[in-house]
Amino acid sequence: METNSMGFPILSALIFLPVAGAVLLLLIPRSKEMLIKAVALSVSILAFIISLPLFSGFNKATHAMQFVERQAWIPTWNITYYLGLDGISILFVLLSTLITILSILISWESIKNKVKEFYISVLIMEGAMIGVFCALDFFLFYIFWEAMLIPMYLLIGVWGGPNRVYAAIKFFLYTLVGSVLMLVGIIVLYFHAGRTFDILDLATRTYPYQLQFWLFWAFFAAFAVKVPMFPVHTWLPDAHTEAPTAGSVILAAVLIKMGAYGFLRFSMPLFPEAARAMTPAMLTLSVIAIIYGAVICLAQTDLKRLIAYSSVSHMGFVTLGIFALNTQGMEGGILQMINHGIVTGALFLSVGVIYDRTHTRQIADYGGVASVMPVYASLFIVFTLASIGLPSTNGFIGEFLILLGGFTANQPAGVLAATGIIIGAGYMLWLYQRVFFMETNAKVTGLADVNMRELVTLLPMVILVFWIGIYPDTFLGFMHESVRHLIERVNTGGAPGATTIAKTVSEILQ
Amino acid sequence: MPLVMPDLKPITPEIVMTCLALFILVADVFIKRKETLALLSIIGMAAAAFTFALPGALNTTFGGMFISDGYSMFFKIVFALNVILTILISVKYLAVERVNFGEYYALLLFSTLGMMIMASAGDLIVLYLGLELMALSTYILAGFIRYDMKSNEAALKYFLLGSFASAFLLYGISLAYGLTGTTNLDRIAMTISEKGLAGKPALTLSMIMIAVAFSFKIAAVPFHMWAPDAYEGAPTSVTAFMSVGPKAAGFAVIGRVFLMAFPMVRAEWVAVFIPIAIMTMAVGNIVALSQTNIKRMLAYSSIAHAGYALLGIIAGTADGLASMMNYMLIYAFMNMGAFAVIIMLRSEGFKGDAISDYEGLSKTHPLAAALMLVFMFSLTGIPPTAGFMGKFYIFMAAINAGYTWLVIIAVIFSAISAYFYLRIVMNMYMKDPKETVTLTTSPSMGLALAITTVAVLAIGVLPAKVIYLARVAFP
Repeated sequence: METNSMGFPILSALIFLPVAGAVLLLLIPRSKEMLIKAVALSVSILAFIISLPLFSGFNKATHAMQFVERQAWIPTWNITYYLGLDGISILFVLLSTLITILSILISWESIKNKVKEFYISVLIMEGAMIGVFCALDFFLFYIFWEAMLIPMYLLIGVWGGPNRVYAAIKFFLYTLVGSVLMLVGIIVLYFHAGRTFDILDLATRTYPYQLQFWLFWAFFAAFAVKVPMFPVHTWLPDAHTEAPTAGSVILAAVLIKMGAYGFLRFSMPLFPEAARAMTPAMLTLSVIAIIYGAVICLAQTDLKRLIAYSSVSHMGFVTLGIFALNTQGMEGGILQMINHGIVTGALFLSVGVIYDRTHTRQIADYGGVASVMPVYASLFIVFTLASIGLPSTNGFIGEFLILLGGFTANQPAGVLAATGIIIGAGYMLWLYQRVFFMETNAKVTGLADVNMRELVTLLPMVILVFWIGIYPDTFLGFMHESVRHLIERVNTGGAPGATTIAKTVSEILQ
Repeated sequence: MPLVMPDLKPITPEIVMTCLALFILVADVFIKRKETLALLSIIGMAAAAFTFALPGALNTTFGGMFISDGYSMFFKIVFALNVILTILISVKYLAVERVNFGEYYALLLFSTLGMMIMASAGDLIVLYLGLELMALSTYILAGFIRYDMKSNEAALKYFLLGSFASAFLLYGISLAYGLTGTTNLDRIAMTISEKGLAGKPALTLSMIMIAVAFSFKIAAVPFHMWAPDAYEGAPTSVTAFMSVGPKAAGFAVIGRVFLMAFPMVRAEWVAVFIPIAIMTMAVGNIVALSQTNIKRMLAYSSIAHAGYALLGIIAGTADGLASMMNYMLIYAFMNMGAFAVIIMLRSEGFKGDAISDYEGLSKTHPLAAALMLVFMFSLTGIPPTAGFMGKFYIFMAAINAGYTWLVIIAVIFSAISAYFYLRIVMNMYMKDPKETVTLTTSPSMGLALAITTVAVLAIGVLPAKVIYLARVAFP
């Protein structure tokens, strides 16, 4: 057994504290709703506090895994309980713990039925999310990756909107089909590498190109669905729209980041040659997602659906940055994942705030909200501008780096992607105009402005928007070493010589 | 030739079981409270299981006709669990169905005895003996609710198609005997390789006949027709028993016969089992999608699970067999758990076996709904439940044996299966109750649910021990 330098299994604590909290909730009688909520909130805050030492104790000068925990788990299959963080994953753990608190706060009054089950689901979700980002054993990773489906399925299906059952099963099946294909890939890799699931060990080996090619696509099936990338994105608008606010926030802020994280953690270091060869295909899909997602946003009449499609567009930027395979692009991509988590999470939180009051998601039912809820309107504009990528907000930093990286890697891709930003400004500002300005709709007159609880929920997001926007190095500093190491691996890993899609196709045909 | 007393130590569990079943049959006359019989059966079964561990229990006896090894022992543990859990969920249920007779327990024990003999059979005749003992007892059990037409129908269908399968088996056995002059599994294999019989059409025919007979027993497609009707009509506790026990016994003999007697014609029987496995997974999972009766749905689900387990046989390696054994154990827990919940819904004047009866169960009975949720996710194979570990091991063994393409088919069907298992979850959690469902609970039912839930979750999180057991059981 290996323990980390802190002398305290901090990652295990982070994963299992929420799970233990969920078990505790199980024991509380159903009628004590206030106690249930209080326990859930305290557990999530405690988890957040425990996660803070990660932030301060992280050594930025190395790409090595930190806070490592390792213990034999299933010796017959050489599976270990192996956790650790590096510069790529650490920020996501912090994001997860923060988002969980906010999700619980925003649901305080809006969740009225099956309260107990709701908070149990949210807490189990938190444990599984953190587990996904910490796992360094492929099997362990897969367990968390799949286990996450259960609470999310329930969150959408039980507490969601009118069409929730359809959205929940669609989410579940899309993700499951992708995941099981990855599972086959994982097992093939396991035997090829001589029976090991150790991700770090696997990432130091060289695999034959044919194998890399197939496994890259097997993994792509799982990660692309989660991101979601262009042809397999259709579950997302339904799931986001129908999920309760907390569900949408968790989905947008953390869950869909796991796809991109998967590319960074697995696809690239394991299959560098295939990743290099598939770059054109990935860039194309990214650019399609950026433009297609943005154009579709213009036609949306449903608030949540619009933000959902904007996620497709924004995640297109993320995959574009990642597959640019250079420092700027990749760091921009990772930062943009965090940004998107913050901004889109905040937008969904904001929509939740107003939905609790009006119970409608139709843009046409709003108008003139700025004069009724001025504080709310000013918070919302911050997130709108951050989503557009205005300088001094976090969105600018991320998108700038991605475009820089994308342009360096492939000029047409960079140029085309930039148009996505313009359309993005269009639909977001137009949305803001229709909801907050124009004449006051009868349905919104007399609405109360944000209360203290809602303000507390949104304020951390505002702070982060400006913090990353003005001094991004706090966050970029974490990833420099890990990204450098990853790029080294991708660009030099495997046999020398450029491989192209054409070559690949001809090889496969032979 | 002096008559030498054969070594009885390896066969002690079977002797204890025989005495126990006969004792229950006689005691039934004197004991009015049938619950006492249930208790005695469980204690007796536990005692028989205890003799598994006696010194000298692992040996071959009766001149190679009876083999007691790690492999058979593992299956006997599954059978023992199966019968104990069945008795636990039956006690109250029999009273509700108004068929609270003592013969029920005796028949369960006889059937289990048959399975135990099958698992230990080193000779085709002994195998047939065990199979018939198991099957005949189960036929009667399927028709145990005499006044119910559906139960009668179930028994009759099961009996007719079961006899059909037995005929196939006997035909296959006689062909094998005709070719090799022996019914001993080891000697069949030896004769095949010595005389170079591999590839002879008669031998292939014999192998196919035997494969068909066993496919009936495990309800593999296209020999599954009896299963949905038999599962739906039989008393629910018997359905639970049938879906685990005879299936596990079937797999036990498939593993034994094909790997012990027919290793020389492996290519041929793999070619037989691959299409069977694919069809079984396809039909089981796809037809289950449209069911409205939960017992029928679980019948198709049980067919589908036989398809996954067949992958372990097809892999044909030590890991393949171990994964199949492991799967049977896990399947016993999760399926028994699901049936336990189904039985709870049955109350006086309320059938409770329609899928729509589960609507809003989480509101009226949150605990029962939560347990059902665990079993449904386990049957789907979502971690961290035992069902995932079971499937994972099978997929791993099959990929290691080179059947990656077959595993891709299996995982796709496994993903499809999520739809019908989740339909139950959806009904329980996402719909409002239409009518108030009263649960029939009892302490023994609670115990059965506790055992199955803990097992499903514990094996899901800490599978190391179970996997190790399955792995070392196979020589």
